[in-house]
Amino acid sequence: MKILVQESDFDPGAEIAALHAGQPRVGAVASFVGLVRDLNEGDSVATLTLEHYPAMTEKSLREIVDEAMGRWSLLDVTVIHRVGRLLPLDRIVYVGVSSMHRGDAFAACEFIMDYLKTRAPFWKKEGTPAGERWVEARGADDAAAERWNK
Amino acid sequence: MKVKVLYFAKLRELFGIDGEVIEMPGERTCAAAVIDLLRTRGEPWSTELGLDSGNRMAVNQTLAGIVTPVQDGDEIAIFPPVTGG
Repeated sequence: MKILVQESDFDPGAEIAALHAGQPRVGAVASFVGLVRDLNEGDSVATLTLEHYPAMTEKSLREIVDEAMGRWSLLDVTVIHRVGRLLPLDRIVYVGVSSMHRGDAFAACEFIMDYLKTRAPFWKKEGTPAGERWVEARGADDAAAERWNK
Repeated sequence: MKVKVLYFAKLRELFGIDGEVIEMPGERTCAAAVIDLLRTRGEPWSTELGLDSGNRMAVNQTLAGIVTPVQDGDEIAIFPPVTGG
């Protein structure tokens, strides 16, 4: 398991390769990359600044990954979340999951993202032509996380 | 007892501080008592920490509710719903 919270960028290709390098048991790697969009709620977005709660962030990501490992048969998981000031086109988050079969990898990857969005202590502030504003939590994200409990 | 209270994102900006140590009566209480005490300061605390504000809490870096026990030395974080990812 690899969990990183960092200001610097990451290389998705290198992360995918690391999830199966020298691991002949791995039959599937599912990967998600979240990016900074230049449009949100109808307004153009020039900057995105991510704040977090350092003492809690890695702990909360680890708990989410532990939960995924309990639910699916996984071989390894990588989560990387960037913080600080980002621009459109920048990568924000990486989730990679390796498993023997694709079903576990696909499901766990989506589960980790859904839980991360509603439980990990990150907050986004976006710079728009009208000034800076905090991004509001979306009900759709709560619903996405909640469906795993049905 | 003393507890450390941290504020994040919009709350940090509105209150003008990222954290503080506050003195509470007694040896043990619950998270709701911390919120109640902060709300007695008036605005913007009273409104921003109202029951319908939708804020979340963590006690000692674990998501918590208003009935979560709090004791001397604990770290209580109060923040808007998270928006990472």
